[in-house]
Amino acid sequence: MTFKLAASPHSHQRRTTQQVMRWVYMALIPGLLALIYFFGWGVIWQLGLAIITAWVAEAACMSLRGRPIGFAWRDHTALVTAILLAISIPGLAPWWLIVIGTAFAVIVVKHVYGGVGQNIFNPAMAGYVLLLISFPVQMTSWPLPQQISQFELSFLDSASVIFTGFTPAGYNLEQLRMGADGLTMATPLDSLRTALNHQLTVGEALQQPIFGDLAGLGWQWVNLAFLLGGLVLLKQRIISWHIPGGMLLGLMVPATLAWMFAPDQSVSPVMHLLSGATMLGAFFIATDPVTAATSNRGRLYFGLLIGFIVFAIRTWGGYPDAVAFAVLLANMTVPVIDKYTQPVAYGHGGRS
Amino acid sequence: MSYKEISWNGLWENNPALVQLLGLCPLLAVTATVTNALGLGLATLLVLVGSNITVSLVREWVPKEIRIPVFVMVIATFVTVIQLLMNAYVYGLYQSLGIFIPLIVTNCAIIGRAEAFASKNPWRRAAFDGLMMGVGFTLVLIVLGGIREVIGNGTLFDGADLLLGDWAAALRIEIFSVDYPLLLAILPPGAFIAMGFIIAGKNWIDHYREQREAKPVKEVTRARVTSQ
Repeated sequence: MTFKLAASPHSHQRRTTQQVMRWVYMALIPGLLALIYFFGWGVIWQLGLAIITAWVAEAACMSLRGRPIGFAWRDHTALVTAILLAISIPGLAPWWLIVIGTAFAVIVVKHVYGGVGQNIFNPAMAGYVLLLISFPVQMTSWPLPQQISQFELSFLDSASVIFTGFTPAGYNLEQLRMGADGLTMATPLDSLRTALNHQLTVGEALQQPIFGDLAGLGWQWVNLAFLLGGLVLLKQRIISWHIPGGMLLGLMVPATLAWMFAPDQSVSPVMHLLSGATMLGAFFIATDPVTAATSNRGRLYFGLLIGFIVFAIRTWGGYPDAVAFAVLLANMTVPVIDKYTQPVAYGHGGRS
Repeated sequence: MSYKEISWNGLWENNPALVQLLGLCPLLAVTATVTNALGLGLATLLVLVGSNITVSLVREWVPKEIRIPVFVMVIATFVTVIQLLMNAYVYGLYQSLGIFIPLIVTNCAIIGRAEAFASKNPWRRAAFDGLMMGVGFTLVLIVLGGIREVIGNGTLFDGADLLLGDWAAALRIEIFSVDYPLLLAILPPGAFIAMGFIIAGKNWIDHYREQREAKPVKEVTRARVTSQ
């Protein structure tokens, strides 16, 4: 007779919010390094600005609400919000962009709703959407991957572009984004979209220099790096597989179907998975424990929904990438998902 | 209900926009600038006063069962009048408000006042109630329009000449000028967010007043009965 060994249901991991959050930003490091390698030093400045803004905004809110400031600083959730927003926006975007976005995320999306654990919407993504619909030009001006850029920006040059709009040599952001042929280039997803709208096939669109072997040049490695970080989080059991698995599946299944039936007009599933913010979204953004569904089954549905919305907006919608919108839309459905996926307590319900 | 109570109700205590949350559709849709807000506020005010007076005058002859259609007809008549007047005299504003002028008919604040107040009170009080509710509604519209216009455009009273005539072009105040305005404030979500903050502000003021008015708790001092 064997006794099955199982942990008691009430035993828990003694991980504080701070430790969870620390794992999250440690796991972001590979992706961050890839971003720096391909898109330059700008992201470091954005990170600095975002973190300072988040701390100041958090302190201001906590003191207005009459709560201890240090308590909010120590749980590191504002820090993670700031980091996620900073790596989502273009590296050379002007300084006020990230300041407005982070302040909005922390003050309106987090504290107005009641602070840590009370917010309905993912703060970083709500901040991102605010910036995207308010400042579409700045938010889509991604720098070229350094491999095909004519310019090499040093650490201080990037700061100069972010704070003054020009490099010390006098080039502005628009000039920096020009390829060797003198045309500014959009991001891979944006170029694909434009090409498809101009009746080109995907094969023809992929001839542009901005594409690499799997997906966009640079973007593919950035996404793979985020995937690596995400797998570390899975291994550490900071997140469960349900949300990222659901989201990637929800994106991959319709993408594969579309690609099988209309290979010339559809983006390949690999491209979908390794473009834009797919991996960052799947492992770091959608998995926010506060705004995601709570039960495992609910999390799976939540992820599937996000994946499908991303596919739908990328294919038929007005924006080239859609992770932020998809996450916010799915956040709204969480109460419904939670209501219908509530696990049955032991001894209740069942067939008898 | 005294006239003082009626005005306090309309302007603050039972403000149609801040407390009853009625008429949110025009409130949120047209308040991108102060001028639009003022125009729509005045139009609503006139309709409200007119419909309140009429409803109050005919209240004895309207059977209870069909009162709502009658009220709606009365309101629609006044809205049509206002719409034609605006078309004739403030054509620019008429165009920029567009569909939201005819939609005043469906503004629940108006039918709400007709039902809740005008159909139960003599016409002078009903007229005064319409005036105060309308002013309360207009003030909220102006505040909301001002906030959104300053944040989203950096100006105040932009295009006031559309409403008030050519001299009003001088009213335009440029508070700051940026290359890239915060579009969100002009877009509908900005209206919801700003409205939320205004309501929160009102609640905070109420809370503060309550706390100030609260009577200090009577202190009970205990007499020491045991000796040291």
